[in-house]
Amino acid sequence: MLKFENVSKVYEDGFKAVDSVSFDIPKGELLVLIGPSGSGKSTTMKMINRMEPHTSGKISINGKDNNSYVASELRRGIGYVIQQVGLFPHYTIEKNIAIVPQLNGWAPDKIKTRVHELLEMVGLDPEIYASRYPKELSGGQQQRVGIARALASDPEIILMDEPFSALDPLTREQLQGELISLQKKLNKTIIFVTHDMDEALKMGDRIAIMKDGKLLQLDTPEKLLHEPAHGFVEEFIGKHRIIQNPELMPVIDIMSESVVTTLPQSSPEKAISLIRQRKITDLIIVDESKTLLGIVSAYDVIQKVNSIRSIAEIMQPIGHILQDSASAKDAIIMMDESPFGLIPIVDESKKVIGLVTRGSLLAALSSQWTEAEVVAV
Amino acid sequence: MNNLSIWQQLVEQSQMRWKEVLEATSVHIQLVFFSMLIAIILGVTLGILVTRVPQLTTLVLGGTGVMQTIPSLALLGFMIPIFGIGVKTAIAALFLYSLLPIARNTYAGIKDVDPATREAAKGMGMTSMQILFKVELPLAIPVIMAGIRTAAVINVGNATLAAFIGAGGLGDFIFLGITRGIDGLILLGAVPAALLAIILEVFFGSLERWTTPKGLKA
Ligand SMILES: Nc1ncnc2c1ncn2[C@@H]1O[C@H](COP(=O)(O)OP(=O)(O)OP(=O)(O)O)[C@@H](O)[C@H]1O
Ligand SMILES: [Mg+2]
Repeated sequence: MLKFENVSKVYEDGFKAVDSVSFDIPKGELLVLIGPSGSGKSTTMKMINRMEPHTSGKISINGKDNNSYVASELRRGIGYVIQQVGLFPHYTIEKNIAIVPQLNGWAPDKIKTRVHELLEMVGLDPEIYASRYPKELSGGQQQRVGIARALASDPEIILMDEPFSALDPLTREQLQGELISLQKKLNKTIIFVTHDMDEALKMGDRIAIMKDGKLLQLDTPEKLLHEPAHGFVEEFIGKHRIIQNPELMPVIDIMSESVVTTLPQSSPEKAISLIRQRKITDLIIVDESKTLLGIVSAYDVIQKVNSIRSIAEIMQPIGHILQDSASAKDAIIMMDESPFGLIPIVDESKKVIGLVTRGSLLAALSSQWTEAEVVAV
Repeated sequence: MNNLSIWQQLVEQSQMRWKEVLEATSVHIQLVFFSMLIAIILGVTLGILVTRVPQLTTLVLGGTGVMQTIPSLALLGFMIPIFGIGVKTAIAALFLYSLLPIARNTYAGIKDVDPATREAAKGMGMTSMQILFKVELPLAIPVIMAGIRTAAVINVGNATLAAFIGAGGLGDFIFLGITRGIDGLILLGAVPAALLAIILEVFFGSLERWTTPKGLKA
Protein backbone atom coordinates (compact mmCIF):
# COMPACT_ATOMS: atom_id res chain seq x y z
CA MET A 1 0.00 0.00 0.00
CA LEU A 2 2.99 2.27 0.63
CA LYS A 3 5.88 1.80 -1.71
CA PHE A 4 9.35 3.35 -1.94
CA GLU A 5 11.30 2.79 -5.14
CA ASN A 6 14.93 3.95 -5.07
CA VAL A 7 13.98 7.02 -3.11
CA SER A 8 16.72 9.51 -2.29
CA LYS A 9 16.80 12.87 -0.61
CA VAL A 10 19.48 15.45 -1.16
CA TYR A 11 19.05 18.56 1.00
CA GLU A 12 19.60 22.04 -0.43
CA ASP A 13 23.09 22.09 1.04
CA GLY A 14 23.95 19.01 -1.02
CA PHE A 15 23.80 16.53 1.87
CA LYS A 16 22.42 13.14 0.88
CA ALA A 17 20.26 12.22 3.86
CA VAL A 18 18.50 9.25 2.27
CA ASP A 19 20.19 7.07 -0.29
CA SER A 20 18.16 5.00 -2.72
CA VAL A 21 15.77 3.37 -0.30
CA SER A 22 13.22 0.82 -1.51
CA PHE A 23 10.53 -1.00 0.45
CA ASP A 24 6.90 -1.93 0.31
CA ILE A 25 4.56 -1.88 3.28
CA PRO A 26 1.28 -3.80 3.22
CA LYS A 27 -1.88 -2.29 4.67
CA GLY A 28 -2.19 -2.68 8.42
CA GLU A 29 1.52 -3.08 9.05
CA LEU A 30 3.38 -1.18 11.75
CA LEU A 31 6.83 -0.55 10.34
CA VAL A 32 9.48 0.74 12.71
CA LEU A 33 12.32 2.85 11.32
CA ILE A 34 15.34 2.68 13.57
CA GLY A 35 18.97 3.69 13.36
CA PRO A 36 21.55 5.97 14.90
CA SER A 37 21.02 9.73 15.08
CA GLY A 38 21.26 11.33 11.67
CA SER A 39 20.71 8.08 9.79
CA GLY A 40 17.79 9.55 7.89
CA LYS A 41 14.80 8.03 9.72
CA SER A 42 12.85 11.25 10.09
CA THR A 43 13.69 12.31 6.57
CA THR A 44 12.47 8.97 5.21
CA MET A 45 9.23 9.34 7.12
CA LYS A 46 8.69 12.96 6.17
CA MET A 47 9.06 12.23 2.48
CA ILE A 48 5.83 10.23 2.65
CA ASN A 49 3.63 13.27 3.34
CA ARG A 50 6.06 15.56 1.55
CA MET A 51 7.05 17.53 4.61
CA GLU A 52 10.43 16.89 3.03
CA PRO A 53 10.01 16.29 -0.69
CA HIS A 54 12.17 13.50 -2.08
CA THR A 55 14.64 14.42 -4.79
CA SER A 56 14.65 11.19 -6.76
CA GLY A 57 12.88 7.87 -6.98
CA LYS A 58 9.19 7.27 -6.47
CA ILE A 59 6.89 7.05 -3.48
CA SER A 60 3.45 5.67 -4.14
CA ILE A 61 0.45 5.27 -1.91
CA ASN A 62 -2.08 2.69 -3.07
CA GLY A 63 -0.33 2.77 -6.43
CA LYS A 64 -0.61 6.53 -6.79
CA ASP A 65 2.49 8.75 -6.91
CA ASN A 66 2.49 10.99 -3.84
CA ASN A 67 3.71 13.84 -6.04
CA SER A 68 0.43 13.75 -7.93
CA TYR A 69 -1.46 15.17 -4.93
CA VAL A 70 -1.75 18.77 -3.80
CA ALA A 71 0.62 18.76 -0.81
CA SER A 72 -1.93 19.99 1.74
CA GLU A 73 -4.52 17.46 0.61
CA LEU A 74 -1.99 14.64 0.74
CA ARG A 75 -1.12 15.60 4.31
CA ARG A 76 -4.76 15.79 5.40
CA GLY A 77 -5.09 12.15 4.41
CA ILE A 78 -2.11 11.01 6.48
CA GLY A 79 -1.93 11.14 10.28
CA TYR A 80 1.12 12.93 11.67
CA VAL A 81 2.46 12.59 15.20
CA ILE A 82 5.70 14.20 16.38
CA GLN A 83 7.79 13.93 19.51
CA GLN A 84 7.06 17.49 20.67
CA VAL A 85 3.35 16.84 20.06
CA GLY A 86 2.73 20.38 18.78
CA LEU A 87 -0.80 20.90 20.03
CA PHE A 88 -2.18 24.37 19.32
CA PRO A 89 -1.85 26.15 22.67
CA HIS A 90 -4.74 28.51 21.90
CA TYR A 91 -7.17 25.70 21.05
CA THR A 92 -9.03 23.54 23.53
CA ILE A 93 -8.36 19.80 23.35
CA GLU A 94 -11.63 19.38 21.50
CA LYS A 95 -10.69 21.99 18.89
CA ASN A 96 -7.21 20.51 18.56
CA ILE A 97 -8.58 17.10 17.67
CA ALA A 98 -11.12 18.68 15.35
CA ILE A 99 -8.52 20.41 13.18
CA VAL A 100 -8.35 17.99 10.27
CA PRO A 101 -12.10 17.20 10.19
CA GLN A 102 -12.66 20.95 10.17
CA LEU A 103 -10.23 21.41 7.30
CA ASN A 104 -12.13 18.66 5.50
CA GLY A 105 -15.38 20.52 6.08
CA TRP A 106 -17.22 18.06 8.28
CA ALA A 107 -20.49 19.13 9.90
CA PRO A 108 -20.08 20.40 13.50
CA ASP A 109 -22.27 17.62 14.97
CA LYS A 110 -20.27 14.94 13.27
CA ILE A 111 -17.01 16.53 14.45
CA LYS A 112 -18.19 16.68 18.06
CA THR A 113 -19.26 13.03 18.09
CA ARG A 114 -15.99 12.00 16.50
CA VAL A 115 -13.87 14.02 18.95
CA HIS A 116 -15.59 12.46 21.94
CA GLU A 117 -15.22 8.99 20.48
CA LEU A 118 -11.51 9.61 19.91
CA LEU A 119 -10.91 10.98 23.39
CA GLU A 120 -12.42 7.84 24.84
CA MET A 121 -10.36 5.72 22.48
CA VAL A 122 -7.13 7.23 23.82
CA GLY A 123 -8.28 6.94 27.41
CA LEU A 124 -9.20 10.54 28.22
CA ASP A 125 -12.62 11.34 29.66
CA PRO A 126 -14.27 13.83 27.27
CA GLU A 127 -16.26 15.37 30.14
CA ILE A 128 -13.03 16.40 31.81
CA TYR A 129 -10.62 17.00 28.97
CA ALA A 130 -12.56 18.26 25.94
CA SER A 131 -12.70 21.82 27.20
CA ARG A 132 -9.19 21.98 28.64
CA TYR A 133 -6.18 23.68 27.08
CA PRO A 134 -2.99 21.79 26.20
CA LYS A 135 -0.92 23.35 28.96
CA GLU A 136 -3.36 21.90 31.50
CA LEU A 137 -2.37 18.36 30.45
CA SER A 138 0.62 16.20 31.34
CA GLY A 139 3.09 15.19 28.64
CA GLY A 140 1.56 11.73 28.34
CA GLN A 141 -1.94 13.14 28.10
CA GLN A 142 -0.82 15.62 25.47
CA GLN A 143 0.59 12.83 23.33
CA ARG A 144 -2.66 10.89 23.71
CA VAL A 145 -4.37 13.94 22.27
CA GLY A 146 -1.68 14.03 19.58
CA ILE A 147 -2.59 10.48 18.60
CA ALA A 148 -6.32 11.22 18.71
CA ARG A 149 -5.72 14.23 16.49
CA ALA A 150 -3.84 12.11 13.96
CA LEU A 151 -6.66 9.56 13.89
CA ALA A 152 -9.40 12.18 13.61
CA SER A 153 -10.33 11.86 9.97
CA ASP A 154 -9.58 8.14 9.94
CA PRO A 155 -6.50 8.20 7.69
CA GLU A 156 -5.13 4.93 6.34
CA ILE A 157 -1.53 5.87 7.04
CA ILE A 158 -0.11 7.36 10.22
CA LEU A 159 3.41 8.73 10.56
CA MET A 160 4.92 8.86 14.04
CA ASP A 161 8.32 10.43 14.68
CA GLU A 162 9.60 9.28 18.09
CA PRO A 163 6.16 9.89 19.59
CA PHE A 164 7.02 8.51 23.02
CA SER A 165 10.68 9.51 23.36
CA ALA A 166 10.01 12.53 25.53
CA LEU A 167 7.85 10.63 28.04
CA ASP A 168 8.89 9.03 31.30
CA PRO A 169 9.49 5.26 31.05
CA LEU A 170 6.26 4.25 32.76
CA THR A 171 4.05 6.46 30.62
CA ARG A 172 5.99 5.42 27.54
CA GLU A 173 5.38 1.76 28.23
CA GLN A 174 1.70 2.41 28.83
CA LEU A 175 1.28 4.35 25.60
CA GLN A 176 3.21 1.73 23.63
CA GLY A 177 0.80 -0.91 24.87
CA GLU A 178 -2.20 1.21 24.06
CA LEU A 179 -0.94 2.00 20.60
CA ILE A 180 -0.45 -1.70 19.92
CA SER A 181 -4.01 -2.52 20.91
CA LEU A 182 -5.35 0.50 19.04
CA GLN A 183 -3.46 -0.67 16.00
CA LYS A 184 -4.95 -4.16 16.27
CA LYS A 185 -8.42 -2.65 16.39
CA LEU A 186 -8.03 -0.02 13.69
CA ASN A 187 -5.64 -1.82 11.36
CA LYS A 188 -3.80 1.34 10.30
CA THR A 189 -0.60 1.38 8.32
CA ILE A 190 1.89 3.01 10.68
CA ILE A 191 5.41 4.25 10.10
CA PHE A 192 6.99 4.57 13.51
CA VAL A 193 10.39 6.19 13.99
CA THR A 194 12.37 5.44 17.13
CA HIS A 195 15.94 5.14 18.30
CA ASP A 196 14.98 2.74 21.10
CA MET A 197 15.56 -0.91 20.17
CA ASP A 198 13.30 -2.23 22.92
CA GLU A 199 10.50 -0.06 21.61
CA ALA A 200 11.18 -1.23 18.07
CA LEU A 201 11.07 -4.91 19.03
CA LYS A 202 7.91 -4.37 21.01
CA MET A 203 6.00 -2.32 18.46
CA GLY A 204 7.18 -3.37 15.05
CA ASP A 205 5.52 -5.90 12.78
CA ARG A 206 8.67 -5.30 10.81
CA ILE A 207 11.71 -3.22 11.56
CA ALA A 208 13.81 -1.25 9.10
CA ILE A 209 17.34 -0.52 10.21
CA MET A 210 18.94 2.56 8.70
CA LYS A 211 22.47 3.88 8.72
CA ASP A 212 23.95 6.82 6.83
CA GLY A 213 20.80 7.18 4.76
CA LYS A 214 20.80 3.58 3.64
CA LEU A 215 18.33 0.85 4.51
CA LEU A 216 20.43 -2.02 5.85
CA GLN A 217 17.75 -4.57 6.63
CA LEU A 218 13.98 -4.67 6.78
CA ASP A 219 12.59 -7.76 8.48
CA THR A 220 10.42 -9.06 11.26
CA PRO A 221 11.88 -8.69 14.76
CA GLU A 222 12.47 -12.46 14.92
CA LYS A 223 14.41 -12.47 11.69
CA LEU A 224 16.47 -9.46 12.65
CA LEU A 225 17.49 -11.13 15.89
CA HIS A 226 18.39 -14.45 14.35
CA GLU A 227 19.56 -13.56 10.90
CA PRO A 228 21.08 -10.09 11.02
CA ALA A 229 22.03 -9.33 7.44
CA HIS A 230 24.84 -7.05 8.41
CA GLY A 231 27.46 -6.81 11.14
CA PHE A 232 26.15 -3.41 12.04
CA VAL A 233 22.64 -4.76 12.49
CA GLU A 234 23.87 -7.43 14.87
CA GLU A 235 25.84 -4.93 16.86
CA PHE A 236 23.02 -2.43 16.87
CA ILE A 237 20.48 -4.94 18.15
CA GLY A 238 22.80 -6.23 20.82
CA LYS A 239 22.93 -9.81 22.06
CA HIS A 240 21.12 -9.20 25.31
CA ARG A 241 17.95 -8.37 23.43
CA ILE A 242 16.89 -11.99 23.37
CA ILE A 243 16.81 -12.29 27.11
CA GLN A 244 14.80 -9.11 27.35
CA ASN A 245 12.47 -10.27 24.62
CA PRO A 246 11.88 -14.01 25.11
CA GLU A 247 8.74 -13.64 23.01
CA LEU A 248 11.05 -13.17 20.04
CA MET A 249 13.08 -16.27 20.70
CA PRO A 250 11.79 -19.48 19.10
CA VAL A 251 11.25 -22.27 21.57
CA ILE A 252 13.15 -24.64 19.26
CA ASP A 253 16.29 -22.63 20.08
CA ILE A 254 16.10 -23.49 23.76
CA MET A 255 14.67 -27.03 23.70
CA SER A 256 16.73 -30.15 24.11
CA GLU A 257 16.52 -32.39 21.10
CA SER A 258 17.58 -35.62 22.79
CA VAL A 259 14.22 -36.63 24.22
CA VAL A 260 14.00 -39.94 26.04
CA THR A 261 10.91 -41.68 24.68
CA THR A 262 9.53 -45.16 24.68
CA LEU A 263 6.64 -47.08 23.15
CA PRO A 264 3.42 -47.69 25.12
CA GLN A 265 3.85 -51.46 24.97
CA SER A 266 7.18 -51.29 26.87
CA SER A 267 7.35 -53.30 30.06
CA PRO A 268 7.62 -51.43 33.36
CA GLU A 269 11.01 -53.05 33.97
CA LYS A 270 12.37 -51.65 30.71
CA ALA A 271 10.94 -48.25 31.60
CA ILE A 272 12.59 -48.28 35.01
CA SER A 273 15.96 -49.13 33.57
CA LEU A 274 15.60 -46.28 31.06
CA ILE A 275 14.67 -43.89 33.82
CA ARG A 276 17.62 -44.92 35.96
CA GLN A 277 20.04 -44.89 33.09
CA ARG A 278 19.09 -41.43 31.81
CA LYS A 279 18.42 -39.95 35.25
CA ILE A 280 15.00 -38.63 34.34
CA THR A 281 11.82 -38.20 36.34
CA ASP A 282 9.28 -38.70 33.59
CA LEU A 283 9.14 -40.71 30.43
CA ILE A 284 7.50 -39.46 27.22
CA ILE A 285 5.51 -42.09 25.37
CA VAL A 286 5.26 -42.06 21.58
CA ASP A 287 4.12 -44.42 18.87
CA GLU A 288 6.31 -45.83 16.11
CA SER A 289 6.09 -42.65 14.10
CA LYS A 290 7.17 -40.59 17.14
CA THR A 291 3.69 -39.13 17.60
CA LEU A 292 3.11 -38.01 21.16
CA LEU A 293 0.80 -40.28 23.16
CA GLY A 294 1.34 -39.40 26.81
CA ILE A 295 3.63 -39.53 29.79
CA VAL A 296 4.43 -41.72 32.78
CA SER A 297 6.20 -40.55 35.88
CA ALA A 298 9.11 -42.53 37.35
CA TYR A 299 7.26 -42.59 40.66
CA ASP A 300 4.17 -44.27 39.15
CA VAL A 301 6.20 -46.87 37.27
CA ILE A 302 8.11 -47.88 40.38
CA GLN A 303 4.94 -48.03 42.46
CA LYS A 304 3.05 -50.13 39.90
CA VAL A 305 5.89 -52.26 38.55
CA ASN A 306 4.35 -55.49 39.83
CA SER A 307 0.73 -54.83 38.92
CA ILE A 308 1.04 -53.87 35.24
CA ARG A 309 2.26 -55.56 32.11
CA SER A 310 2.87 -52.52 29.92
CA ILE A 311 3.27 -48.87 30.79
CA ALA A 312 0.29 -48.05 28.56
CA GLU A 313 -1.85 -48.99 31.56
CA ILE A 314 -0.57 -46.11 33.68
CA MET A 315 0.11 -43.64 30.87
CA GLN A 316 -1.38 -40.16 31.48
CA PRO A 317 -2.42 -37.74 28.76
CA ILE A 318 -0.26 -34.63 28.56
CA GLY A 319 -2.04 -31.33 28.15
CA HIS A 320 0.87 -28.93 28.18
CA ILE A 321 2.61 -29.13 24.83
CA LEU A 322 3.88 -26.48 22.45
CA GLN A 323 4.11 -26.28 18.69
CA ASP A 324 7.56 -25.75 17.22
CA SER A 325 6.46 -22.24 16.16
CA ALA A 326 6.06 -21.13 19.80
CA SER A 327 8.43 -18.72 21.52
CA ALA A 328 10.59 -19.08 24.59
CA LYS A 329 8.16 -16.80 26.35
CA ASP A 330 5.30 -19.21 25.68
CA ALA A 331 7.41 -21.92 27.28
CA ILE A 332 8.18 -19.78 30.32
CA ILE A 333 4.50 -19.08 30.84
CA MET A 334 3.37 -22.66 30.26
CA MET A 335 6.08 -24.09 32.46
CA ASP A 336 4.43 -22.50 35.47
CA GLU A 337 1.24 -24.49 34.87
CA SER A 338 2.77 -27.74 33.71
CA PRO A 339 2.25 -30.50 36.33
CA PHE A 340 5.31 -32.43 35.11
CA GLY A 341 7.67 -29.47 34.89
CA LEU A 342 8.34 -30.25 31.27
CA ILE A 343 6.88 -29.34 27.91
CA PRO A 344 7.18 -31.58 24.83
CA ILE A 345 7.63 -29.64 21.61
CA VAL A 346 5.81 -31.10 18.62
CA ASP A 347 5.59 -30.35 14.93
CA GLU A 348 2.35 -30.03 12.93
CA SER A 349 1.83 -33.80 12.79
CA LYS A 350 2.24 -34.02 16.58
CA LYS A 351 5.62 -35.72 16.27
CA VAL A 352 7.85 -35.01 19.25
CA ILE A 353 10.88 -33.04 18.16
CA GLY A 354 12.17 -31.79 21.48
CA LEU A 355 11.62 -31.12 25.13
CA VAL A 356 11.81 -28.09 27.36
CA THR A 357 12.33 -28.68 31.07
CA ARG A 358 12.68 -26.16 33.88
CA GLY A 359 16.38 -26.86 33.85
CA SER A 360 16.88 -26.41 30.13
CA LEU A 361 14.84 -23.20 30.18
CA LEU A 362 16.95 -21.71 32.91
CA ALA A 363 20.15 -22.87 31.28
CA ALA A 364 19.22 -21.41 27.92
CA LEU A 365 18.20 -18.06 29.32
CA SER A 366 21.06 -17.71 31.75
CA SER A 367 23.67 -18.67 29.20
CA GLN A 368 22.40 -15.88 26.96
CA TRP A 369 22.49 -13.58 29.90
CA THR A 370 26.05 -14.38 30.88
CA GLU A 371 27.07 -14.02 27.27
CA ALA A 372 25.57 -10.55 27.23
CA GLU A 373 27.33 -9.68 30.45
CA VAL A 374 30.63 -10.75 29.00
CA VAL A 375 30.01 -8.67 25.90
CA ALA A 376 29.06 -5.69 28.01
CA VAL A 377 32.27 -5.97 30.06
CA MET B 1 0.96 87.55 35.37
CA ASN B 2 4.17 85.81 36.32
CA ASN B 3 3.42 86.15 39.99
CA LEU B 4 0.52 83.72 39.68
CA SER B 5 1.28 80.13 40.65
CA ILE B 6 1.46 77.60 37.87
CA TRP B 7 -1.77 76.04 39.08
CA GLN B 8 -3.58 79.39 39.03
CA GLN B 9 -2.21 80.02 35.56
CA LEU B 10 -3.52 76.71 34.37
CA VAL B 11 -6.99 77.35 35.82
CA GLU B 12 -7.09 80.81 34.34
CA GLN B 13 -5.93 79.66 30.93
CA SER B 14 -8.36 76.78 30.79
CA GLN B 15 -11.27 79.00 31.77
CA MET B 16 -10.29 81.26 28.94
CA ARG B 17 -9.51 78.63 26.32
CA TRP B 18 -11.44 75.45 27.16
CA LYS B 19 -13.21 75.46 23.83
CA GLU B 20 -9.89 75.66 21.98
CA VAL B 21 -8.51 72.87 24.14
CA LEU B 22 -11.36 70.58 23.19
CA GLU B 23 -10.87 71.36 19.55
CA ALA B 24 -7.11 70.84 19.74
CA THR B 25 -7.62 67.54 21.59
CA SER B 26 -9.92 66.37 18.86
CA VAL B 27 -7.34 67.27 16.20
CA HIS B 28 -4.67 65.56 18.26
CA ILE B 29 -6.73 62.40 18.52
CA GLN B 30 -7.31 62.45 14.80
CA LEU B 31 -3.58 62.76 14.11
CA VAL B 32 -2.89 59.81 16.36
CA PHE B 33 -5.80 57.77 15.10
CA PHE B 34 -5.10 58.06 11.40
CA SER B 35 -1.35 57.65 11.66
CA MET B 36 -1.84 54.61 13.90
CA LEU B 37 -4.46 53.11 11.61
CA ILE B 38 -2.10 53.20 8.64
CA ALA B 39 0.82 52.08 10.79
CA ILE B 40 -1.10 49.07 12.10
CA ILE B 41 -2.26 47.97 8.67
CA LEU B 42 1.14 48.44 7.07
CA GLY B 43 3.21 47.42 10.07
CA VAL B 44 1.43 44.12 10.54
CA THR B 45 1.57 43.43 6.82
CA LEU B 46 5.29 44.23 6.69
CA GLY B 47 5.91 42.12 9.76
CA ILE B 48 4.16 39.15 8.15
CA LEU B 49 5.92 39.73 4.85
CA VAL B 50 9.28 39.66 6.57
CA THR B 51 8.55 36.25 8.12
CA ARG B 52 7.68 34.92 4.68
CA VAL B 53 10.58 36.47 2.75
CA PRO B 54 13.64 36.20 5.01
CA GLN B 55 15.75 38.23 2.56
CA LEU B 56 13.65 41.29 3.45
CA THR B 57 14.28 41.07 7.19
CA THR B 58 17.30 43.35 7.38
CA LEU B 59 15.92 45.76 4.82
CA VAL B 60 12.55 46.26 6.48
CA LEU B 61 13.49 46.06 10.15
CA GLY B 62 16.72 47.97 9.52
CA GLY B 63 14.95 50.57 7.39
CA THR B 64 12.17 51.25 9.87
CA GLY B 65 14.80 51.27 12.61
CA VAL B 66 16.76 54.01 10.88
CA MET B 67 13.53 55.97 10.58
CA GLN B 68 13.21 55.73 14.35
CA THR B 69 16.60 57.33 14.89
CA ILE B 70 15.83 60.45 12.87
CA PRO B 71 14.84 63.22 15.32
CA SER B 72 11.11 63.85 15.17
CA LEU B 73 11.47 67.45 14.13
CA ALA B 74 13.94 66.58 11.39
CA LEU B 75 11.59 63.95 10.04
CA LEU B 76 8.80 66.47 9.95
CA GLY B 77 11.16 68.78 8.09
CA PHE B 78 11.97 66.10 5.50
CA MET B 79 8.26 65.56 4.96
CA ILE B 80 7.42 69.13 4.15
CA PRO B 81 8.81 69.09 0.59
CA ILE B 82 6.73 65.98 -0.09
CA PHE B 83 3.38 66.74 1.53
CA GLY B 84 3.67 70.47 2.19
CA ILE B 85 2.70 72.01 5.47
CA GLY B 86 -0.15 70.67 7.57
CA VAL B 87 -2.01 67.59 8.67
CA LYS B 88 -0.89 65.25 5.88
CA THR B 89 2.77 65.72 6.70
CA ALA B 90 2.14 65.24 10.38
CA ILE B 91 0.24 62.00 9.81
CA ALA B 92 2.90 60.69 7.43
CA ALA B 93 5.68 61.38 9.93
CA LEU B 94 3.76 59.94 12.87
CA PHE B 95 2.97 56.87 10.81
CA LEU B 96 6.63 56.31 9.98
CA TYR B 97 7.51 56.51 13.67
CA SER B 98 4.90 53.94 14.64
CA LEU B 99 5.79 51.54 11.90
CA LEU B 100 8.86 49.98 13.49
CA PRO B 101 7.45 48.86 16.84
CA ILE B 102 4.47 47.31 15.10
CA ALA B 103 6.36 45.61 12.25
CA ARG B 104 9.08 44.39 14.59
CA ASN B 105 6.67 42.98 17.14
CA THR B 106 4.58 41.30 14.46
CA TYR B 107 7.72 39.68 13.12
CA ALA B 108 8.92 38.66 16.59
CA GLY B 109 5.50 37.36 17.63
CA ILE B 110 5.24 35.11 14.60
CA LYS B 111 8.86 33.98 14.86
CA ASP B 112 8.25 33.05 18.49
CA VAL B 113 5.56 30.52 17.64
CA ASP B 114 6.79 27.08 18.73
CA PRO B 115 8.25 25.35 15.63
CA ALA B 116 6.52 22.12 16.76
CA THR B 117 3.14 23.85 16.56
CA ARG B 118 3.96 25.06 13.08
CA GLU B 119 5.23 21.66 12.01
CA ALA B 120 2.09 19.97 13.33
CA ALA B 121 -0.08 22.50 11.51
CA LYS B 122 1.72 21.91 8.25
CA GLY B 123 1.78 18.16 8.78
CA MET B 124 -1.97 18.12 9.25
CA GLY B 125 -2.39 19.74 5.86
CA MET B 126 -2.97 23.40 6.68
CA THR B 127 -2.03 25.75 3.89
CA SER B 128 0.41 28.58 4.51
CA MET B 129 -2.53 31.04 4.74
CA GLN B 130 -4.41 28.83 7.19
CA ILE B 131 -1.31 28.53 9.33
CA LEU B 132 -0.94 32.33 9.30
CA PHE B 133 -4.51 33.14 10.26
CA LYS B 134 -5.36 30.21 12.51
CA VAL B 135 -2.05 29.64 14.24
CA GLU B 136 0.62 32.30 13.82
CA LEU B 137 -1.40 35.51 14.13
CA PRO B 138 -3.58 34.35 17.06
CA LEU B 139 -0.48 33.23 18.92
CA ALA B 140 1.40 36.43 18.05
CA ILE B 141 -1.48 38.74 19.06
CA PRO B 142 -0.20 39.57 22.56
CA VAL B 143 3.18 40.61 21.18
CA ILE B 144 1.64 42.57 18.31
CA MET B 145 -0.71 44.36 20.69
CA ALA B 146 2.23 45.30 22.90
CA GLY B 147 3.91 46.84 19.84
CA ILE B 148 0.79 48.80 19.00
CA ARG B 149 0.48 50.05 22.57
CA THR B 150 4.09 51.25 22.61
CA ALA B 151 3.65 52.93 19.24
CA ALA B 152 0.42 54.65 20.30
CA VAL B 153 1.89 56.12 23.47
CA ILE B 154 4.98 57.42 21.66
CA ASN B 155 2.69 58.71 18.95
CA VAL B 156 0.67 60.90 21.33
CA GLY B 157 3.86 62.58 22.45
CA ASN B 158 5.25 63.01 18.98
CA ALA B 159 1.94 64.45 17.77
CA THR B 160 2.51 67.54 19.91
CA LEU B 161 5.32 68.40 17.49
CA ALA B 162 2.82 68.56 14.66
CA ALA B 163 2.05 72.09 15.78
CA PHE B 164 5.44 73.19 14.46
CA ILE B 165 4.34 72.48 10.94
CA GLY B 166 0.90 73.92 11.37
CA ALA B 167 -1.01 70.70 11.77
CA GLY B 168 -2.61 71.81 15.02
CA GLY B 169 -3.33 69.63 17.99
CA LEU B 170 -2.36 70.08 21.62
CA GLY B 171 1.13 71.10 20.56
CA ASP B 172 -0.31 74.52 19.61
CA PHE B 173 -0.59 75.46 23.28
CA ILE B 174 2.83 74.20 24.13
CA PHE B 175 4.32 76.08 21.19
CA LEU B 176 2.46 79.23 22.17
CA GLY B 177 3.35 78.86 25.82
CA ILE B 178 7.03 78.57 24.99
CA THR B 179 7.13 81.56 22.67
CA ARG B 180 5.18 83.73 25.08
CA GLY B 181 6.80 82.37 28.18
CA ILE B 182 3.51 81.36 29.79
CA ASP B 183 3.98 78.12 31.72
CA GLY B 184 0.26 77.65 32.23
CA LEU B 185 -0.25 77.62 28.51
CA ILE B 186 2.36 74.91 28.10
CA LEU B 187 0.54 72.82 30.68
CA LEU B 188 -2.71 73.40 28.91
CA GLY B 189 -1.29 71.36 26.03
CA ALA B 190 0.87 69.00 28.02
CA VAL B 191 -1.68 67.82 30.59
CA PRO B 192 -4.34 66.64 28.10
CA ALA B 193 -1.59 65.05 25.99
CA ALA B 194 -0.31 63.14 29.01
CA LEU B 195 -3.85 62.10 29.95
CA LEU B 196 -4.41 60.92 26.40
CA ALA B 197 -1.23 58.84 26.57
CA ILE B 198 -2.32 57.27 29.85
CA ILE B 199 -5.79 56.52 28.50
CA LEU B 200 -4.32 54.87 25.40
CA GLU B 201 -1.90 52.87 27.54
CA VAL B 202 -4.75 51.57 29.69
CA PHE B 203 -6.99 50.97 26.68
CA PHE B 204 -4.43 48.97 24.70
CA GLY B 205 -3.32 47.19 27.84
CA SER B 206 -6.81 45.83 28.39
CA LEU B 207 -7.23 45.15 24.69
CA GLU B 208 -4.02 43.15 24.87
CA ARG B 209 -5.34 41.08 27.76
CA TRP B 210 -8.71 40.68 26.09
CA THR B 211 -7.27 39.47 22.78
CA THR B 212 -4.76 37.06 24.33
CA PRO B 213 -6.04 33.55 23.56
CA LYS B 214 -7.34 31.80 26.65
CA GLY B 215 -4.94 28.88 26.39
CA LEU B 216 -1.96 31.25 26.61
CA LYS B 217 -2.98 33.06 29.77
CA ALA B 218 -1.19 32.07 32.93
N1 LIG C 1 16.95 20.67 6.39
C1 LIG C 1 18.11 20.00 6.32
N2 LIG C 1 19.14 20.46 5.62
C2 LIG C 1 20.29 19.79 5.54
N3 LIG C 1 20.54 18.63 6.14
C3 LIG C 1 19.55 18.09 6.88
C4 LIG C 1 18.28 18.75 7.02
N4 LIG C 1 17.51 18.00 7.81
C5 LIG C 1 18.25 16.92 8.15
N5 LIG C 1 19.47 16.98 7.59
C6 LIG C 1 20.55 15.99 7.75
O1 LIG C 1 20.10 14.76 7.21
C7 LIG C 1 20.53 13.68 8.01
C8 LIG C 1 19.36 12.83 8.40
O2 LIG C 1 18.50 13.56 9.22
P1 LIG C 1 17.24 12.93 9.91
O3 LIG C 1 16.56 14.00 10.67
O4 LIG C 1 16.45 12.20 8.90
O5 LIG C 1 17.92 11.89 10.90
P2 LIG C 1 17.26 10.94 11.97
O6 LIG C 1 17.63 9.56 11.59
O7 LIG C 1 15.82 11.23 12.12
O8 LIG C 1 18.05 11.34 13.27
P3 LIG C 1 17.57 11.55 14.78
O9 LIG C 1 17.54 10.21 15.42
O10 LIG C 1 18.64 12.41 15.36
O11 LIG C 1 16.23 12.22 14.73
C9 LIG C 1 21.27 14.29 9.20
O12 LIG C 1 22.64 14.19 8.96
C10 LIG C 1 20.85 15.73 9.21
O13 LIG C 1 21.88 16.55 9.67
MG1 LIG D 1 14.62 12.18 13.66
